[in-house]
Amino acid sequence: MLRDITLGQYYQTDSVIHRLDPRVKLVTTVCYIVSLFVVDNFVGYILAGLFLALVVKLSKVPVKFMVRGMKSILFLLLIALIFNLFLTPGEVVVSVWKLQITREGIRQAVFMAVRLVFLLMGSSVMTLTTTPNQLTDGMEKLLGPLRVVKVPVHEIAMMMSIALRFIPILLEETDKIMKAQMARGADFESGNLIKKVKSLVPLLVPLFISAFRRANDLAMAMESRCYRGGGNRTKMKPLIYQKRDRLAYGAVFCYLVLCIAFGKILL
Amino acid sequence: MGIVETKNLVFEYIRRDEEGNVEGITRAVDDVNLSVGQGDFIAILGHNGSGKSTLAKHINAIHYPTEGTVWVDGKDTCEDANLWDIRQEAGMVFQNPDNQIIGQVVEEDVGFGPENLGVPTQEIWQRVEESLKAVGMYEFRKYSPNKLSGGQKQRVSIAGVIAMHPKCIVLDEPTAMLDPNGRREVIRAVRALNDVEEITIILITHYMEEIIYANKVFVMDKGKIAMEGSPKEIFSQVEKLKSLRLDVPQVTLLAHELRESGLAIPAGILTCEELVASLSAIRRRRGWG
Amino acid sequence: MSIILDHVSHVYEAGTAMEFAALKDINLVIPDGQFIGLIGHTGSGKSTLVQHLNGLLAPTGGNIYYNGADIHDNDYNKKELRSKVGLVFQYPEHQLFEIDVFSDVCFGPKNLGLDKKEVELRSYAALKQVGLEDEYFYQSPFDLSGGQKRRVAIAGVLAMQPEVLILDEPTAGLDPKGRDEILDQIARLREETGMTVILVSHSMEDVAKYVDRIIVMNKGQVMFDNEPREVFRHYRELEEVGLAAPQVTYIMQELKKSGFDVDTDIITIEEARRAILDALK
Repeated sequence: MLRDITLGQYYQTDSVIHRLDPRVKLVTTVCYIVSLFVVDNFVGYILAGLFLALVVKLSKVPVKFMVRGMKSILFLLLIALIFNLFLTPGEVVVSVWKLQITREGIRQAVFMAVRLVFLLMGSSVMTLTTTPNQLTDGMEKLLGPLRVVKVPVHEIAMMMSIALRFIPILLEETDKIMKAQMARGADFESGNLIKKVKSLVPLLVPLFISAFRRANDLAMAMESRCYRGGGNRTKMKPLIYQKRDRLAYGAVFCYLVLCIAFGKILL
Repeated sequence: MGIVETKNLVFEYIRRDEEGNVEGITRAVDDVNLSVGQGDFIAILGHNGSGKSTLAKHINAIHYPTEGTVWVDGKDTCEDANLWDIRQEAGMVFQNPDNQIIGQVVEEDVGFGPENLGVPTQEIWQRVEESLKAVGMYEFRKYSPNKLSGGQKQRVSIAGVIAMHPKCIVLDEPTAMLDPNGRREVIRAVRALNDVEEITIILITHYMEEIIYANKVFVMDKGKIAMEGSPKEIFSQVEKLKSLRLDVPQVTLLAHELRESGLAIPAGILTCEELVASLSAIRRRRGWG
Repeated sequence: MSIILDHVSHVYEAGTAMEFAALKDINLVIPDGQFIGLIGHTGSGKSTLVQHLNGLLAPTGGNIYYNGADIHDNDYNKKELRSKVGLVFQYPEHQLFEIDVFSDVCFGPKNLGLDKKEVELRSYAALKQVGLEDEYFYQSPFDLSGGQKRRVAIAGVLAMQPEVLILDEPTAGLDPKGRDEILDQIARLREETGMTVILVSHSMEDVAKYVDRIIVMNKGQVMFDNEPREVFRHYRELEEVGLAAPQVTYIMQELKKSGFDVDTDIITIEEARRAILDALK
């Protein structure tokens, strides 16, 4: 059923990583991605790998579960691998017909592949251990200073969170309208492109009308519950840094220092 | 003065055609005088388009009167300074259970109102717990609203309003989209709030079974109050209700039909037991049993 | 000529943690011309069941035959099936999309590939069948009242001239008068055309008056399948699954208990009135 689709899949369990402040996880993810582009030797990649392995272990998310998510990028990975393998100039190792594999190419391809895998696993650890709601909260708080330059940070976060809440409802609704129009003989599959686009009108018009009606109802419900924007609001679940969060920041800082110190020296 | 008072309340809106030219004016609420006391359970009945929802939205300052005045706890809803006090004191529950839940987790949704009021964090948690317990949804506090039934969603919405500590709750057709089980759940929760917490209830509905528990019933038609009285008084006028596009529970209708056929049954029978008792009395008088 | 469900079952999300059996081994025969009430509370499988009847959902086990042919055979024309077995969804007015009422009703017959003249004739007839006055035909469907919108949506299915009409809670959200008007209209329609009608509802009181047969669904299975009187005799079992017989059934039961000589099989107010008057003579 469509209602079971969840965005940015969250893996429900209790772990140190799950309990970390979402801001820590956001900052760490950004730092980790940066570190992957900073390092360019084996020591660096080993460091990045160890760090990732440690976090995955602590998160209690089964590795199998994470690897399953990687399958979808296998194709992308292969392309990156092939391009790097054949198109990097340098000392030729193997030469097949017009294509040459260079020593630099192998190195580049391996690094690129490892980098991509780490990058995706690193960011999926974040989405797997943080609910979408915590993420928007974390973002709101982190981007808070931008309010000074008139960026409506609270409103953006509220919109994201409402969008997340309504995605499953609208998906279900799409399914229902589609079925209802099919019951009236509508055909969403056959025909050429123009015909297909035209056949979407009976689906999209009711869907938009419904979305607007829902938006209108929701706005009224929010107002009647005294919502008036971000000012003067308190939080039910305020983000407060705990000792573990400070420790995590420390660990990330150490990791970055190590990466720059050892990962930048060419072997 | 009662918790909610309206005096000569009129609400008009302008109908426009596609080019935005004025086509006409519709008077959705027409000269309504209402007085609701603290702790009352009021039911407002009416067919679709009778103006009952428009009236309800005045109590929460979503609509403002075109003419006349609405007071909530003595405060005029037209004065901007009163707006947030009024919305806190008179909470509102709407018809569609999906379109009024903001949070992605039940407890977060219930906390939304108190957050807006600037209640300290510690107290929000306390209020959320109390409110969810009051509607019997505490064990679902960690659930996603999408996983709940319609009746459960409406109870979460009610909890969301209670957490703002209102004096009065306006429920605008809260059961119209629910199945009979969901309807019973919601009405039970509402009655408990009225009995135990002594919160004033204004229930808007077109289901006749739901008004039996009210102290006072108003029936609306064409924006006006067409009937008012106790449920018994209202139900004793079966023909008039029918002319207002409403019906009565089967037991009331049967009692009415029997009365028309010449039996001495009192008007406004509301329950099965009442009917059986009065029929037994007739039988005794006729000399059997 | 009929619909036959032979050991039909439907499992959602088979093989996952969310696996859910919505229909379990359903066997039903729906002969031509019957007026059927399909009752069950939310989640009993009634909506899943009706979506099988016009092939919107395929059973995960068993077969469905329409007029003797298996509707899931590879060469079976599903589109034609959907025109023969018309399904009106819950809140059907949410599917309206055209600029005026008439074009919206034309959508169904147009999809059947009929010529323009035939499409318009059928649409006109359908709008007349649901009792909508001519003055509304060229208005935007979104400007109509709730009850009128619902009629237009029902006409949209009728215009395909189905042999079987299925309505999923056609009275949801309407006021009492609106509810009676729609149900009366459906009953009249059925009398005029003789088509099979399946009314999905969770209210016994609504359907008791109209239907010849009630199918009660519970947890994906057929719990009762009989004429209304027979089904209501099991009012205690109905209560256990969150349903109820019409209130008048309870009144008659209570009267019987207090020593009145009345029949407890009564399902309408009129029957009850006569029985009580007789008992008091």
